[in-house]
Parts: sequence; structure tokens; C-alpha cells
Amino acid sequence: MLKIKDLIVAYGGIEALKGISLEVEEGKIVTLVGANGAGKSTTLRSIVGLTKPKGGAIEFEGKNLLTVPTKDLVRLGITLVPEGRRVFANLTVLENLKLGAFYRNDEKEIKRDMEWVYELFPRLKERTWQTAGTLSGGEQQMLAVGRALMSKPRLLMMDEPSLGLAPLIVREIFEIIKEIHRQGVTILLIEQNANAALHIADKGYVMETGRIILDGTGKELLTNDEVKKAYLGESVH
Amino acid sequence: MKNKKNLYTLISIVLVFLFLVYANKNFDSYQIRIMNLCAIYVILGLSMNLINGFTGLFSLGHAGFMAIGAYTTAILTMPLAVKESNFFLAPMAAPLNSIVWPFVPALLLGGLLSAAAAFVIGAPALRLKGDYLAIATLGFGEIIRILITNAQRVTNGALGLKGIPDTTNIWWTFGIAALTIVFMTLLINSSYGRAFKAIREDEIAAENMGISLFKHKMLAFIIGAFFAGIGGGLLGSLLGTVDPKPFNFMMTFNILFIIVLGGMGSITGTVISAFIVTISMEALRVLDSSINLGFMVIPGITGMRMVIYSLLLIVVIIYFRRGLMGTSEFSWDKAFEFFKRLPLSKGGAKNAVTKNK
Repeated sequence: MLKIKDLIVAYGGIEALKGISLEVEEGKIVTLVGANGAGKSTTLRSIVGLTKPKGGAIEFEGKNLLTVPTKDLVRLGITLVPEGRRVFANLTVLENLKLGAFYRNDEKEIKRDMEWVYELFPRLKERTWQTAGTLSGGEQQMLAVGRALMSKPRLLMMDEPSLGLAPLIVREIFEIIKEIHRQGVTILLIEQNANAALHIADKGYVMETGRIILDGTGKELLTNDEVKKAYLGESVH
Repeated sequence: MKNKKNLYTLISIVLVFLFLVYANKNFDSYQIRIMNLCAIYVILGLSMNLINGFTGLFSLGHAGFMAIGAYTTAILTMPLAVKESNFFLAPMAAPLNSIVWPFVPALLLGGLLSAAAAFVIGAPALRLKGDYLAIATLGFGEIIRILITNAQRVTNGALGLKGIPDTTNIWWTFGIAALTIVFMTLLINSSYGRAFKAIREDEIAAENMGISLFKHKMLAFIIGAFFAGIGGGLLGSLLGTVDPKPFNFMMTFNILFIIVLGGMGSITGTVISAFIVTISMEALRVLDSSINLGFMVIPGITGMRMVIYSLLLIVVIIYFRRGLMGTSEFSWDKAFEFFKRLPLSKGGAKNAVTKNK
């Protein structure tokens, strides 16, 4: 579905991505894990067109993404849940969700998707008329995911959905990610919380300083000694 | 319940209408002038609030757009004889000196030219953000004013234009103000309005939702400028004279004060504060004359009211940063709630107590 080939991105003279390649297959949960500064966010920024790569290719279903402006990505079926949630704080929950469906004009389907989002996140339904800024961090994350779902994505990309959330809420969010996946949405998940991410992933890539150093199924990576040492904080005997 | 609310709305519209009929008959010309100014400032405030409050573009070029509207309307509606007597330094440029248009088309063209200027200015300026956009638009506003000052054969330069037909009356100003309110309300509640607000809240998230930033910013900017042009045209026709001087950045700040006091992003707030600011600016004129405090006499200082005005602005910015209404709007539900909570009204305090429990 999404293919990245030899992607190179440089900020000034420093290369943040030194030629990475990865592939997201349709119907899978793929995760990209790594420490701060590994280049996870840069990869995502390149996909959505916020950063211009120096070299390499990004393709979505055979279409070159490098020439597609950010605003047209949703029309192709790619939606990003941005890092730090970025909900529209002074607008109500309802308005936020409606904005998710901004480019669509199939009123009936929008209504059905709204019901679906409310089913996934009953808490949002209770807060329909509240402004998004008054929600808790976890609820805001749910709103950000719900808003993204309103655009009817085929590929949902999430940047650090667990950032700054309590462990219990993180578990809840990951459960919902699994549920969304079960309903047929392909997911590219970018996480520092390698443990949680690898547990639900079909395929994982581990990044370090601008390179992909390991890849494999989620299970393989979870049991990999190097990954354990570097990201899971377990001592290796 | 919905029917009931519609009935209330209808009743209040009729009440406002009756008040205007009464005012038109019984108020003296000074009071009517103030009423007209209030309505014009409602139009100007709403047009600026669309750009600054709803779309979050910090634009300070409003006086320039008003000037374009005011001059267009003035030039097109002036009778030929008046044109000739105005342009005694240099004759008026060719086609203009033989054209006289009716009021409405002239006013509309003023708005459209203003919108066209906004398009030309917006194309480069709207790529900027925040303070930089403010500086650029402030500069463009001044450029418009300087161009008008120097286009002697079109605008009569610094001498200004006198003897503009005084078509504007209470019905024109309040009628157009009402239309503006209705238009803005519909616009803000449409998907365009939601897109404007999304851009104000978070540009990156808005773009990810498929909103074209440039297109929507430009749209808000152009519509705002159109109504600024209409407001300017009404103002010129109300005063009977236009010259470049009043269209400097002080004019922009006056309108900015109205929307900051009313609440950036609230139509209700803008309407209320347009009335408050316009009326208080007149009421504060007392301060310009000498005041006898009984034990001492303060000599009259012209400009004293501007000092008070500035102090008020500072107080508002420090203590009421969200303005009177914030981003919320009037609704009957909220109005009833408000009166129920007033402790002095019948059963009000009791309600409040039971509610707190």
C-alpha cells in the first residue's frame, strides 16, 4: 500500500534520514519504533509533505506521494493523527468531528461514521457540546483519533498516540487501535512506547539515528535481545 | 420550544424596528448621526472579526479597504456640478468626470474594488503569519492611503471630496448592518466557517483534514474587505465628505478595539461592543471640556477622552482578554439561564441555591 524507498532527508547539512526503506501492506498494523531523534517523526513528516526529502521515493498504491500537497492526502485515503493531538481547542467536540469529514459531502455516510466514532468512544458522545480544550489528555487523544476516522481513511497514521498519557489510558487507546484495525483500516503507528506498539503490530521497524536497524514481525522484535536491551529496559541474561 | 424561540426572535426584530421608527422621528440629528455610526461600526466590526477573530489572521489593513469603498462610492455618486467645483486644482480624470451612478451600484462597486485590492494584497501577504502578517497588512493599508492622497485627478488628493449626496439614513445603515449580521451568521455556521475556525485553531491539523489554507484565508480576507468597503462607502455618504486623513491606522485600531472588547470570534459581541464603543466615544466628549469638581476646576484639554479610551483599552487587554462574549454567541436558552441566575429576580436566588446543591 505504502512504499518508502531509500528516503533521505536533511535538515541543513545534517542527514536526519540516511536512506530508509519500509513497506506498509494493506490490512496490517505496522509500527515504527525508536528513541528520540531516531527519525520517526521526520519519516512521517515526509510522507505527509511537511518536509521535502533530498532523495528517495514514497509511493501510495503506485502513486508518487512527493508531488501531492498535504491537503490532498485525505482525498487519497491517508489521514494523520498528529503528534500532540492538535485538536481544535475552542471548537466543540461535534465541530471537531465534522471537520474531520471536511472534504466529504456524502451526508448520510458522514452521519453513519459519526455514529461509529461515538460507538468506539462513548466518552466523546457525552461531551458532544463541550469545547475540545476542556477535555482531558486521554479524551483529546480519542477525539484526535475520532476526527481522523471521520475522514474515512484507508491508511491511518498515528504519531505517538501514547504521548503524555497515563498507562491505563494508553492501554485503552491501544485497544481501540486494534478495534479500528479489525474494522479494515491499515495502520502505521509511530511510537516510543515500543513494548505496547510491538504487542499489537503485525510488522515492526526499529529505527536508530536515521537508519532502520531491524525489522520483523512484532513478536520477533519483542523477543529480540537488542530490542529488549535498547527499548524495553529488560536486562539480558 | 423552537417555535417559541422563533416567536421571541420575531418580537425582538419588531421591537428594534419600532425603536428605529421612533428614533427616526424623535431623535435630533446629532443622536441620529450616532445611531448611524453605531450601525456602520457594526458592519466594520463584523468584517474585521471575520478576518481577525474567526480566521485568526492578524490583519491591520482595514482602514485601507474602507478608504477604497468610501472613495469609490463618493466619486461615483457625486453630481457633475459638485465634481467640477471640487476639482479646482486639476480637472478630474476623463471618464469619471461624466459618470453619475445611483447609490446602490456605487456602494457595491466600492465593496468589490475593496475585495479586489484584498486579493492583490492577500496573494503575497497571506503567506506570512502572526505579527509579520500584521506588519505587512498595516503597510499595505498605508500604501492605499498614500496612493489616494497622490491620485490628484481621481480623488482630489489631500483636499478630499465634499458635497457627497447624503443618501445614508437610518434605514440604509441598519438595513445593511442587519444583512451583514445575517450573512456572517450563515457563513460562520457553514462548512466554510468551520474551516476558518479550524485554521485559527491549528493550521497543521486543519491542513491534514484536507482544508486548503491559502484558499480559505484568501476567502475570509476578501469577504472581510468587501464589507469593509461597503462600511466605508456608507460612512463617506453619511459624513458628506471624505479625505485621506481619517483612513490612517487609528481607524483600524478603533475597529480592532471594538472586536477585542466584544470578543474575537463572536458576532454578538461585535454588535454589542460596536454600540458601546461608538456611544461612549461621544459620551466621553464631556472630558474634553473643562470640568468643575466643586473644589477645583480642571481646564478643558482636547484629547482627554482619548487618554481615558486608551486606559480602557489597557484594562480590557489585561483583565478581559476574551472580551465581553469570548467566542460564544447569543441564544435564547443562555439568555433565560442568565436571568434565572440573577439573584434579585423572582425565585432567582432559590434557583441558584438548588442548582449549586
